[in-house]
Amino acid sequence: MNKVMADEMKVKDLERVVVRFSGDSGDGMQLAGNIFSNLSAVLGNDISTFPDYPAEIRAPQGTLSGVSGFQVHIGAKKVFTSGDKCDVLVAMNPAALKTNIQFTTPQSVIIIDSDSFTKKDLEKALYTTNDPFTELNIHNQVIDAPISSMCKDSLKESGLDNKAALRSKNMFALGLVCWLFNRPLEHAMHMLQNKFSKKPSIAEANIKVLTDGYNYGHNTHATVSTYRVESKEQREKGFYTDVNGNLATSYGLVAAAEKAGLPLFLGSYPITPATDILHNLSKLKELGVITVQCEDEISGCCSAIGASFAGCLAATSTSGPGICLKSEAINLAVIAELPLVIINVQRGGPSTGLPTKSEQTDLLQAVYGRNGESPLVVIAATSPTNCFDSAFMAAKIALEHMTPVILLTDGYIANGSAAWKIPSMKDYPAIKPPYVTPEMQEGWKPYQRDLESLVRYWAIPGKEGFQHRLGGLEKDYDTSAISTDAENHQKMTITRQEKINYIANCIPEQEVLGDKDAELLIVGWGGTYGHLYSALEVMQAQGKKVALAHFQYISPLPKNTTEILKKYKKVVVAEQNMGQFATILRSKVPGLNVYQFNRVKGQPFNVLRLVEEFTKILEEK
Amino acid sequence: MSELEFASKDFKSDQYVRWCPGCGDHALLNSLHKAMAELGIAPHNIAVISGIGCSSRLPYYMNTYGFHTIHGRAAAIATGVKVANPELSVWQISGDGDALAIGGNHFIHVLRRNVNINIVLLNNQIYGLTKGQYSPTSPRGFVSKSSPYGTIEDPFRPVELTFGARGHFFGRCVDVDGAASVEVLVASAKHKGTSVVEVLQNCVIFNDGSQSTVATKADRAKNAIYLKQGQPMIFGENNEYGLMQEGFGIKIVKIGENGITEKDLLVHDAHCEDSTLQMKLALMEGPDFPIALGVIRDVESPSYDECVHAQIEEVRAKKKDHSLEDLLMQGEIWEVK
Repeated sequence: MNKVMADEMKVKDLERVVVRFSGDSGDGMQLAGNIFSNLSAVLGNDISTFPDYPAEIRAPQGTLSGVSGFQVHIGAKKVFTSGDKCDVLVAMNPAALKTNIQFTTPQSVIIIDSDSFTKKDLEKALYTTNDPFTELNIHNQVIDAPISSMCKDSLKESGLDNKAALRSKNMFALGLVCWLFNRPLEHAMHMLQNKFSKKPSIAEANIKVLTDGYNYGHNTHATVSTYRVESKEQREKGFYTDVNGNLATSYGLVAAAEKAGLPLFLGSYPITPATDILHNLSKLKELGVITVQCEDEISGCCSAIGASFAGCLAATSTSGPGICLKSEAINLAVIAELPLVIINVQRGGPSTGLPTKSEQTDLLQAVYGRNGESPLVVIAATSPTNCFDSAFMAAKIALEHMTPVILLTDGYIANGSAAWKIPSMKDYPAIKPPYVTPEMQEGWKPYQRDLESLVRYWAIPGKEGFQHRLGGLEKDYDTSAISTDAENHQKMTITRQEKINYIANCIPEQEVLGDKDAELLIVGWGGTYGHLYSALEVMQAQGKKVALAHFQYISPLPKNTTEILKKYKKVVVAEQNMGQFATILRSKVPGLNVYQFNRVKGQPFNVLRLVEEFTKILEEK
Repeated sequence: MSELEFASKDFKSDQYVRWCPGCGDHALLNSLHKAMAELGIAPHNIAVISGIGCSSRLPYYMNTYGFHTIHGRAAAIATGVKVANPELSVWQISGDGDALAIGGNHFIHVLRRNVNINIVLLNNQIYGLTKGQYSPTSPRGFVSKSSPYGTIEDPFRPVELTFGARGHFFGRCVDVDGAASVEVLVASAKHKGTSVVEVLQNCVIFNDGSQSTVATKADRAKNAIYLKQGQPMIFGENNEYGLMQEGFGIKIVKIGENGITEKDLLVHDAHCEDSTLQMKLALMEGPDFPIALGVIRDVESPSYDECVHAQIEEVRAKKKDHSLEDLLMQGEIWEVK
């Protein structure tokens, strides 16, 4: 996909480029990567990022387990993934080189900090020889810049000691990359000034090193090609910002609360990779957002249920292990028929699993993982920016249908960022919860329903004349009193299911992209959209007849799901688990025969690998 | 709101009360109805939240807003209710198992945060709804279905947990002692912050007689002391005994003997920030000491829910963006023309 970079002395135009910054987890690679992606977006490129960091906050310095990476894909046109392999790898130490060489091609340019390749550094990274390049069989073009020493030299007169000066070495690397890609530094400087607005001397030091890194590239590496990725597609007019999935999710909830005219309440307990949602919403007090950092996951969910009972748009954010703990409380919201948004930023499991890596392994847990017949709504966000719409829709459905909604995102889209056109809220639909009205008061019962949607009405404490009692015990369909009657339980069980099924009438039909007469339908869901769509594009460019149905609504499924799945000769369900969506589809669509593509590696799909697999299926007789 | 007048019946629901005949919960329910009438808060401004257990059925018998939730979680749910709408009078009804075993974590944290809710802790020292297992407040050696040879663990004493979690209000009453219960419940509701009222409750089926030393008026005169703010600590069938401080402890004295008069006795101060003496009083037990009843600790302190909203108001006053669109336009943005 990426153009081969030849060893020529000129500026080359590229359609798209992938840069991977890697170094020790204390080396500031996330910041360097973030600034580079942001300034590329400002220059009109499309961006998609992938922070790939270890679970340890500070593993021993220089070791393999301490390597942190940040990959950014920038494109002249739209890009859908953070890229399979990188065109430029920045490796700040031998450990970073060793763990990230797998993400390069023979044409990738590698930038290293030659100062950090001493014998001791090599030993820490478990090299057995003194020549890491031969040892790793690397024949790439390497820019070996003495980054550490030049960083120290650059700040010699700043008054900073060596240790403090070296904290800026990520900026030297960034400056070098900016030179390589013809990126003017103004926006990066602006970002640094903002980030360190309270410490102007640090901002100044970083800007100085950034500039020196750029100049170093310009002065000494005139023999290396530099690249230009110009914006080629006229983007929709408007104001843009860059968001990661967790931020977009946070904003989506705020937007829904504004639309509904309700206060937003978040009950949460810190857990990787979902914690940023708590951070983000805690900051938004000027918008009236209430956040409670609870004593545990259970309390996160329970306080949200209490807030929902009391009339808020209530949400709780977590990752898989937290969902296990919240399950009983989620079921309370199911039987009490209260609106609640539960966000699961999926990570590798089971148990503590791979906290910082991404998977789609909580799908069956979301749909079925509670005691009793416990239907609820499950929505899966498809990209960092789609988290906004998905969170908005999750809240809208929860409030209008008086039900818990589980929103599945994942570590990849939650931490990955993309350019996002700031939406105008007038383009978003109204949210109208089914409040009780004064004329209902006579004889009103809390489980009285709308006969079409089967949604019960919402009477919020404080409202005179509508006092009522909810609870986890089964209730009588007519009187709303506690009931253990056999027929009634059957009726209530069916009613709760039908209420969820009805929501299929309120969500969009499933869209199919690609060829109308495709021989293979690719089916995916949630955060793998970018990779599956890119695979579709590659295969179409090769003249193959393929289509993609990428699901955002899982429970209930869109109304046309069966029709779509029956229409194509071959269907492959590709997901980052061992076949959970395939299992659901088989149970919902009788006689469905699907191929599966499953990877549980904690890493994003690889587009070329997808193309290979899908092509094999396509060609299979 | 306080100008409205309510009667007990305004707080009663039409549901048939299903506790066992003779259960202490009946009496407490009556006292709660009376306390709410006395407080003068309209039923629609009250939310009663419970967990699971015999006593947790209570919300169904209230004509207020109510939520019978899941085991142990009432404090967490009540926290959400109160923070969402501090205008509501929020009550948590829990048993000793609900609040102190499965819900122990939420119990200590709601106290630490000081959410303005009123916890009514019905302590019968037994699991009733699951038919007779020992609870975290059952005494060591207690024989039950799950401890046929007696328990080999020490119980929690609710006051120690409450004070250990920095609780600012602790009261105690006996289920059948209506007037005193109403008084304590009213005081707990008027206290701003988390209040805990331990109700010494009899389970007629699985732990009958557990409160026998304080079951009747005569028993209480002998074996209990009613603590009253600013009053000397006097008890006994003929008010003949008093409490005095002795070194680090408390001793019982007979008034009139050895020249001791009422003036020598300890005077109750529930408002004292230092909880040392309040703790000593609350931990007194028979047969050597009377059981302390009434409002034992009642100290003013900022409540969590009011602070949540005060902080929001403070930030709102400082920052101008009050809508998401405003906020986004103030961030790191660029324009595509």
